[in-house]
Amino acid sequence: MRKKELRAVIAFSATTDAMAAEAHLKGAGIPGRLIPVPREIRAGCGLAWSSPAESGEAARQALGQAGIPWESWKELLL
Amino acid sequence: MIYLDHAATTSPKPACVVEAVTDAMLHFGNSGRGVHEASLGASRAIYEARRRLAELFQAEGPEQVAFTPNATFSLNLAVQGLLRPGDHVITTEMDHNSVLRPLYRLEDQGVELTILKADRKGRICLADLAPSIRENTRAIFCTHASNVTGEVNDLAAISAICRPRGVLLAADVSQTAGILPVSMEQMGIDVLCFTGHKGLLGPQGTGGIAVGRGVRLSPLCVGGSGVHSYDREHPSAMPEALEAGTANSHGIAGLGAAAALLLDQREAFYKKEMELMWAFYDGVRKLPGVTVYGDFSDRNALRAPIVSLNLGEEDSAWAAGELAERWGIQVRAGAHCAPLMHRALGTVGQGAVRFSFSHSNTREDVEQAIRAVEILAEEVTA
Repeated sequence: MRKKELRAVIAFSATTDAMAAEAHLKGAGIPGRLIPVPREIRAGCGLAWSSPAESGEAARQALGQAGIPWESWKELLL
Repeated sequence: MIYLDHAATTSPKPACVVEAVTDAMLHFGNSGRGVHEASLGASRAIYEARRRLAELFQAEGPEQVAFTPNATFSLNLAVQGLLRPGDHVITTEMDHNSVLRPLYRLEDQGVELTILKADRKGRICLADLAPSIRENTRAIFCTHASNVTGEVNDLAAISAICRPRGVLLAADVSQTAGILPVSMEQMGIDVLCFTGHKGLLGPQGTGGIAVGRGVRLSPLCVGGSGVHSYDREHPSAMPEALEAGTANSHGIAGLGAAAALLLDQREAFYKKEMELMWAFYDGVRKLPGVTVYGDFSDRNALRAPIVSLNLGEEDSAWAAGELAERWGIQVRAGAHCAPLMHRALGTVGQGAVRFSFSHSNTREDVEQAIRAVEILAEEVTA
């Protein structure tokens, strides 16, 4: 089994926000990808952005600057 | 074949639309039903289509654009989602059966209905609107342009009358989306119903509804949404609130490609469409035996690229049949699903032969169509 890593997971309340986030974060060069929402996060639209933990803050800042809302943020071992 | 029935559906579709649909059919999974690349590919295409259409219509955001199978579905959704027994609603004689029939159905269930009259040229009078508004008036449903004459309604002026009185404007832009400028923001449109396969140049089976953030619509359908699966209720957030079941991602991918083309080329396309339409109008309007319907007095007025006419007292179906058989010219005859407009124009028995133009037509197409009408006019007046 692959060893789990600490990831910053950002969940969204709407799929349009998740799609906008993916386009924006990829455009900004922030590493990561969309994943199914892990069970530790109860809210969300089914899609979450997962970045390496060290990129989580940059991702949140980039979303804030772009005005893309997100619902919750957690660091999880995935 | 000379295709002049673009008000029914544009044909052929741009190459970029065909390519996008083909790519989608080869690679897409089900949007919102997984987070693997195939599903995400569909989700990305749908999101891009939302984003581009929101930009084209100056909607309040991509999430405010929901996809439906067609404008008729969108209009049914808007009518049933907004109105309750005891409400009053206004529409016009210029409107299509896709507005009228849903409203008649609700009229039978206790919604009060006022229909603004059109004159012999197929125009409504804006002065009739304010006196028609009552305390319980919830909305006006109004076409942006007649599918019979191409006459455009001034939606901004209608909204300026309605909005201060708390009346919502629901616009049917089936004949203008992708052709004329359509701005929810500048025109004060609260609910915008569109089809994807006419001026928007997308595939049939695509359409949608764009809703202002302050407007709450009850959905027509609920069910699978791909999100919040354990909730008893369908999601209330847009756009999922108005979308249930698998999206037509193949078609929407094509519509998104068309929207990108139109964001770049719409003005140039419209200029050409107007040149072709006016050339046809000028070629046929004075022919003996030809009656052209509508108001063509202002050459600077915005209009849908449509010219409807009749030849003598002949059935419009006969004329359309002759055009198709003898010259391969494809036009639409009959009532065009706009019964009240034909009553206003005095063409209930005869219908009308509708020529509708697109940027894909050529000046030669128009010249051949003029020549064909000339010959038919000579025959009916001989």
